[in-house]
Amino acid sequence: MTVPRSDRSDTGPWPYIVAAIVVCLLAAVPFLGVNAYLLSILTLGLFFAVFAMCWDLLFGYAGEPNFGATFLIGTGAYTAALLSSNGLASPAVCIVAGAIAAVVAGVLLALPALRLRGPYFGLVTLVATLILRQVIILFSDYTGGEIGIAVPDIITISSTLNFYIALGAAVLTALVLRLLVNSPFGLVLEAIGQDPLNARVLGFEITKYKVSAFCVSAFFSGLAGALMVFYLGTASTNVFVDASVGVQVIIAAIVGGRRTIVGPAIGGVFLIAAAQYLHPLGSLSEMGVAVVALVILLFLPGGLLGATRLFRKAR
Amino acid sequence: MLLEVTDLLKRFGGLKAVDGVSFAVDRGEILGLIGPNGSGKSTVMNLIMGVLKPDSGSILLDSREIGGRSPNRIAGHGVSMVFQHSRPLHQQTVLQNLYLALLPNRLFNFRLSPDIDSRAHDALKLVGLEHFAGRKPSELPFAGLRRLELAKSLVRKPSLLLLDEPFAGLSASEMEEFSDLIRQLRSDERAIILVDHNVKGVRALVDRIVAMSSGQKIADDLPDHVLASPRVREVYLGRGDEAVFRRPHSPAPDAPSALKVEHVSVRYGEAIALDDVSLSVPRGEVTAVVGLNGAGKTSLFNAICGIVPASGTVEYEGRTPRARRAYEIARSGVVLCPETRELFTDMTVQENLGIGGNALAAAEKRRQTEFVESLFPRLAERRKQFARTLSGGEQQQLAIARALMMKPSILLIDEPTLGLAPIIFDAISNVIETLRESGELSLFLAEQNLTFALRHADLIHVMEHGKIKWSGPAGEFDAGSALIA
Repeated sequence: MTVPRSDRSDTGPWPYIVAAIVVCLLAAVPFLGVNAYLLSILTLGLFFAVFAMCWDLLFGYAGEPNFGATFLIGTGAYTAALLSSNGLASPAVCIVAGAIAAVVAGVLLALPALRLRGPYFGLVTLVATLILRQVIILFSDYTGGEIGIAVPDIITISSTLNFYIALGAAVLTALVLRLLVNSPFGLVLEAIGQDPLNARVLGFEITKYKVSAFCVSAFFSGLAGALMVFYLGTASTNVFVDASVGVQVIIAAIVGGRRTIVGPAIGGVFLIAAAQYLHPLGSLSEMGVAVVALVILLFLPGGLLGATRLFRKAR
Repeated sequence: MLLEVTDLLKRFGGLKAVDGVSFAVDRGEILGLIGPNGSGKSTVMNLIMGVLKPDSGSILLDSREIGGRSPNRIAGHGVSMVFQHSRPLHQQTVLQNLYLALLPNRLFNFRLSPDIDSRAHDALKLVGLEHFAGRKPSELPFAGLRRLELAKSLVRKPSLLLLDEPFAGLSASEMEEFSDLIRQLRSDERAIILVDHNVKGVRALVDRIVAMSSGQKIADDLPDHVLASPRVREVYLGRGDEAVFRRPHSPAPDAPSALKVEHVSVRYGEAIALDDVSLSVPRGEVTAVVGLNGAGKTSLFNAICGIVPASGTVEYEGRTPRARRAYEIARSGVVLCPETRELFTDMTVQENLGIGGNALAAAEKRRQTEFVESLFPRLAERRKQFARTLSGGEQQQLAIARALMMKPSILLIDEPTLGLAPIIFDAISNVIETLRESGELSLFLAEQNLTFALRHADLIHVMEHGKIKWSGPAGEFDAGSALIA
């Protein structure tokens, strides 16, 4: 008797080979003589890729739209920044604390919110972001309010090393989330997202699975948020606790191709890179990104990754 | 006894969907739960599975109370349910969909256990899908999806298997094959309950029938006895003495048509809901389409009103519009009062009527409101009440009243008496007669309740399996053979 493969894709080993090649190419980027500017864009793009992948786990699989991605990211970022700026912990401890704080905050939010049905879960996550932002502004003596907190410590000043940290975070997140969604746990999660009633009747306690998915999503969001604080040197609400940043995470995930994990990662890098390259257009740049996103949403409902599938089918 | 249901009660607002139902099933038995649409049979199934929580009464499984527990716990006790509609995982294969059903309810579960594969293959073989293991569910025919859902239930080795309308949407030959499959599942370890509106479909399959009507059990006996029971025949066919309501009048064959349907077909994915239907609705008369739930009546009305895409042509008062958009059809005077009523529940009675009369000029709107309020005095009394606080019968009156506010030339009413107490029938009957006598509009009713249809209709169309089985004047209609045979 053979043990069934837990790998559920029927496309053979090719996606993994392609992914390995892409990761190797990215790892080689610093040696290709690219300038520091491009490297910094890619670094930010990779952090954004983590955010988008985490969002995809919740929406693409568990079927819950999280409009408050920055609630989780911001909790991680501000926890790390507060600990560091008060001289309480080393960067490594701050980062781990950030990730854990995001999980705790995530569970406190998810436990009551996941009992709600329909669009209410999404609204609760949105409101949570707004509240976190107001709390930060209210306690500006400690949090720096809208100006933000400068972080005294840094991990490294080398842009190459910072790039590798972001790449490491993105690859780790992608690996863990892909393994997770391909496991029996992922199968149940996807069933819950598609037909919660049927999943319950098959004997699964769906809240348990959703809260777990929320924890995983929160952990990597918080981790990436904390890492990004040390990369940027400051934590500010406009970067870390902002509903419009949350919307960008959603756009990145959908542009890349939801329910794939890898697609949203591509979408995250794409969105940041597109915004930077269109920067010379001034205020038109945001418009440009929005138009590109709209075109992809309208004409490639499977996202960028879905487009490659169409191509494969056409062959 | 494996399952003992006692005095089960479930209310939806003012409506008692299940009203003191008791019955029992033992291992080795196949029980058919039948009743017209709205009789509460699906609600009973959902109460047993825990999808709904009972208001009172008890549900004992192996002498253990399971009423009111969550579906996943009830599933853990060995109950499994196959839904009429369900969405399989489309990114995964048929085999992986079965893996899902075999997984334990455990979070830290990252490897499939070794025997899962053989158990999944066994179940696929049992339902005849072994050659589809590696395919995606989207590649399965409609009946195959039903088999997949059945296999998902079977791998869990349920002691009680609940099948909700297992034959809905299947063709006659598929129905036969599926019946054979269910017959094979009979075992000493397991009881099967299947819900169906179609008496013919289940009589040969089941050992015993529990019949329901308006939330109550009206019979519990061997299939032949239940079908012979006067009470059951009355629910399905209506009382014989009601024939006096039949109008002697029959429409002239060359009467002008308000609505002419020609070769109309509707498909939902693989399922054929309406199969090449042609019929006409004479102007100024009352026409009824009768048939059991699932026969295609609602699909026909939705096709006429442009709500579902359909092939074929529909002629409205002699015109065949090229673009058939739902709102254009409604504005042109062909108005549907849908089975599900679709009231604006968080608006008042007055506001609901106002929306119906939105296109009318102020004075005309006032006149029309007075007219419908004279037809439905109850609604005038409840002008300021929210629609959701009305009783089922009042909601039905409001739905018809709102449709009348659009000043239709053709009014289609889908199941005017669905789920209503007989006492409300009279109120609706009077309205239909008043409208007929006004001569201003043509009425087209879809009814399961033959008595009600025969009381009003001049022309009857009988539907079965998406096709017109019989058409003719109400006077020539022989009820007995048409629906129960």
